[in-house]
Amino acid sequence: MRKIAILVSTSLVLFSCGGKKQEQNQLTGTINIDGSSTVYPITEAVAEEFKKVYPDVKVAVALSGTGGGFKKFVRGETDINDASRPISHYEDSVAKANGIEYIELVVAYDGLAVVVNPKNTWCNDIKVEELKKIWEPEAQGKITHWNQIRPEWPNQPLHLYGAGVESGTYDYFTEAIVGKAHSSRGDYTASEDDNVLVQGVSSDVNALGFFGFAYYEENKDKLKLVAVDNGNGPVLPSVETVKNKTYSPLSRPLFIYINNKAAERKEVQEFVSFYLDKITSLVPEVGYIPLSNDELQAVKTKWEEFLSKHKKN
Amino acid sequence: MNNHQITINRWKDKIFYWYGLICTVSGVLILAVFLYSIIIEGWDRLNWQFFTSLPSRRPSSAGILVPLLGTLWIMILTTIIAVPIGIAAAIYLEEYGKKNKFAEFIEVNIANLAGVPSIIYGLLALEIFVRIMGLGRSLLSGALTLSLLILPIVIVSTREALKSVPKTIREASYALGATKWKTIWNAVLPSAAGGILTGVILAISRAIGETAPLVVIGAMLYITTIPTHPLDDFSVLPIQIYNWLSRPQKGFIENATAAIIVLLAITFILNGIAIYLRNKWQSKVKW
Repeated sequence: MRKIAILVSTSLVLFSCGGKKQEQNQLTGTINIDGSSTVYPITEAVAEEFKKVYPDVKVAVALSGTGGGFKKFVRGETDINDASRPISHYEDSVAKANGIEYIELVVAYDGLAVVVNPKNTWCNDIKVEELKKIWEPEAQGKITHWNQIRPEWPNQPLHLYGAGVESGTYDYFTEAIVGKAHSSRGDYTASEDDNVLVQGVSSDVNALGFFGFAYYEENKDKLKLVAVDNGNGPVLPSVETVKNKTYSPLSRPLFIYINNKAAERKEVQEFVSFYLDKITSLVPEVGYIPLSNDELQAVKTKWEEFLSKHKKN
Repeated sequence: MNNHQITINRWKDKIFYWYGLICTVSGVLILAVFLYSIIIEGWDRLNWQFFTSLPSRRPSSAGILVPLLGTLWIMILTTIIAVPIGIAAAIYLEEYGKKNKFAEFIEVNIANLAGVPSIIYGLLALEIFVRIMGLGRSLLSGALTLSLLILPIVIVSTREALKSVPKTIREASYALGATKWKTIWNAVLPSAAGGILTGVILAISRAIGETAPLVVIGAMLYITTIPTHPLDDFSVLPIQIYNWLSRPQKGFIENATAAIIVLLAITFILNGIAIYLRNKWQSKVKW
């Protein structure tokens, strides 16, 4: 049924543009993508542009989260997985058991912003150890006031806002700050929806929160950015500081994973090459930080080499 | 003393009157405030382009064509699947089924199913329709999932409608020599049609507002192609709204409110049709 429909639609399209002879546009097929909701806006933007050039290739981008996406990817159910963290050892072992091989490509960077309410006059920067002291599991019920972090800060209650425990953002933040992924205090306002966190911090003078840099950018007037000090002085997150790695440890790479078998298909090859060509302009548009030229070149080379090795036709 | 008691009771009466009134008004008021804010925020986005565009990274050029068609497809497929089964099941239970332990068991189960959280249906569907039957995250999977979800509602409301048909109608039919089947088909069903249709339409309007079970089967999706047959990938309006609301850009929030207006309009129209049918049938059927 599906094949017939594709055949019919393809032949119709072929018929209708027979005169123009647009060779590359005759690419057809379906590309199944799933994974991180953080990477999703980038892939969505690429798919949107791709559609304009190759209207007959069907690109479906789902967002089950990095982990949910990998579950399908390692079973060979999807062609490409968006990921906001590298594949885990466990996921990799399942992939191997299923005979799935893949290539990993870095496509952008994302900064995690630490923010407070604009009416908060005391907190302009914060040390990584202080963040650890606030967020580690032992802090639960103990670190409840601002002056417990730094004595010169006022004796006011501390209200915490952060990503929900199911998100890759939470995994990343806890790994970078507490030192162990998926380990933090539990008594904070958690939400998978960053807009809820923005709302919370912007209406609470005693709030301290963290979420994706893109959400700060869109709500600059309601939030105050806090510089993070990892021992080399406080650094505010920005395109430059994330790109040149001085904003550390709260910046992370975003990936796409491509199934080797899928990469033998022409439409998937085209899509990934197109992806790498477009990310420099599309990544900033959706609020993330692009790779530096050298990094992008390295990723492109990695992909080209992979292609030349796996190209069968 | 007695007089005093009467005064107190009168007061109680008055207090309860006002309490009831405040409760009623506050419900309506909250709805009004909600509608007002939604319309203020989203009305400007409602233009032809919004209805005919594919999803996009730019809020101003994004549209609801794919999820809108998905919602219409789901509505039609769910109706085709759930309504005949639901009505037939209700007829069996109400007209044919013997009142024994087995019937009681089924009845209790149907009542329970109506109260099961919708996400559970999604998990069930993910295993049965998506994986075992191999339908993938297709329109058909989605429609089957929502059919499961609304079947109990259709069955219960159909049974209520059948129960409300007076015994005399059935007896008159039997007296004329009609068989049981003829009685049901020619006398009972037409008399109950208004009630059945109302229940069906309300069930459908619940189905098109569902998000959770469809997210579970994988309809949280960006696709650039419109669904053209039941095995296509799809998305629906509530999922699109959910997706847009979680984006950082303000424009997407505006899009989401505009999509909410569209979804509300569809629900209101369906409910309007339900009320119209009920009134029409009530005035037509005389007994």
